[in-house]
Amino acid sequence: MENAGRAPQVLTAHAAGLVGCVQCGRVHRPDVAICDRCGAVVTPPDLRSLQRVWAWLFAGLVVYIPANVFPMLRTSMLGQTTESTIYGGVVDLVHHGSYGIAAIVFVASIIIPCAKFAAIIFLALTVQRKVRMSAHARHKLYEVVEFIGRWSMIDVFVVAILSSLVQLDFAASINPGIAAVSFALSVAFTMISAESFDARLIWNADGEDYDHG
Amino acid sequence: MTDDSAAQRLDLQTLIACPSCDALHHERDIAPGETATCVRCHAVLEAPRRTAMTRIIMLALSAIILMVAAIFFPFLELEVAGRFHRASLLDTIRAFSTGLTAPLTVAMAALVVILPLTRFGAIIYTLAPMAFGQRPWPHAASAFRMAEALRPWAMAEVFIVGVAVALVKVAGLAHLSIGPAFWAFVGLVIVTVLKDNFMSRLTVWKTLDARRKS
Repeated sequence: MENAGRAPQVLTAHAAGLVGCVQCGRVHRPDVAICDRCGAVVTPPDLRSLQRVWAWLFAGLVVYIPANVFPMLRTSMLGQTTESTIYGGVVDLVHHGSYGIAAIVFVASIIIPCAKFAAIIFLALTVQRKVRMSAHARHKLYEVVEFIGRWSMIDVFVVAILSSLVQLDFAASINPGIAAVSFALSVAFTMISAESFDARLIWNADGEDYDHG
Repeated sequence: MTDDSAAQRLDLQTLIACPSCDALHHERDIAPGETATCVRCHAVLEAPRRTAMTRIIMLALSAIILMVAAIFFPFLELEVAGRFHRASLLDTIRAFSTGLTAPLTVAMAALVVILPLTRFGAIIYTLAPMAFGQRPWPHAASAFRMAEALRPWAMAEVFIVGVAVALVKVAGLAHLSIGPAFWAFVGLVIVTVLKDNFMSRLTVWKTLDARRKS
């Protein structure tokens, strides 16, 4: 595919006074509201869309707190019931010596959500500011955030499988705790937040003095 | 419509804006097997493949069949001291159905079964007439837009990794046997990933558009 300008001087649809459809790539005049190729709503890159990113991100952060405070699993073994939070579950796994699984759960339910919050905050803040990190690197970061978000749901699925499988009455039974709901909500809210983020804003911030390979 | 705006419309047809970074490109026909990427952000713009449409439909069809198998065959079985407990895929989805976690049941059913099935159905609906060289069926554009919007929410592959983690957690405590539904679900995940790799969004939109006008 040829480019209209030539790198480093890339002409964007926005700079040309046109607007591109993010669904199918069709280019429209700025007064068009609905794309005639795919029927999606056509919007120019707009800083106001960041408000939605912040709102969903904040909602995700708020429900992430009860997800960590309340128990995720209730395990009953021979009449004894123990409740474990997300972090407690990881500690238990380490005590049992299953380091691999402990690492997977730790990364999926603690590292990834926190890193995702940090990455979205960073991306949203740097849209309006000049930063040393190139647009290329920030675009990569956005792609990683978008790709990795859904994998945090692993922990909710593990709880579901464990509690449907381990139901041996008195001997051993596992039941889900309330934290599973807030954790699932937190993952969903952050996914919506990442999707509301308009990747085109990353490149707009650089304006015309774009000069990275 | 004036002549001027008609000319401009024609001109806009030859342009394409990168969906990720808004960079303008001249549209030219991409030969099957070639991949067009954005000059600025290197996102893949178009990647037409010979017989891709047929392959995607076949993969989506097999995914639906595998999903049906995964629902109705036994999924996992646990044995401790001569006592058995069997869980099907539906039992797993119903795991949250008691107490305060009940709303999660709906989410589980949607993420693991309903949304993947909806996506496969919508993709077949959009691409089937194109594979057979017909005009698109009504609302094909809405169906494909929905399939693309649902993409991050169809979590079959996340679920299977969750199963793997749960299996290792339980394996030390009890004897586990894996049922045919588990393997059907593994197959489903592989087929889904293959299908999504074949599919190029912009190429599908271009083909839909061209077929609608023919």
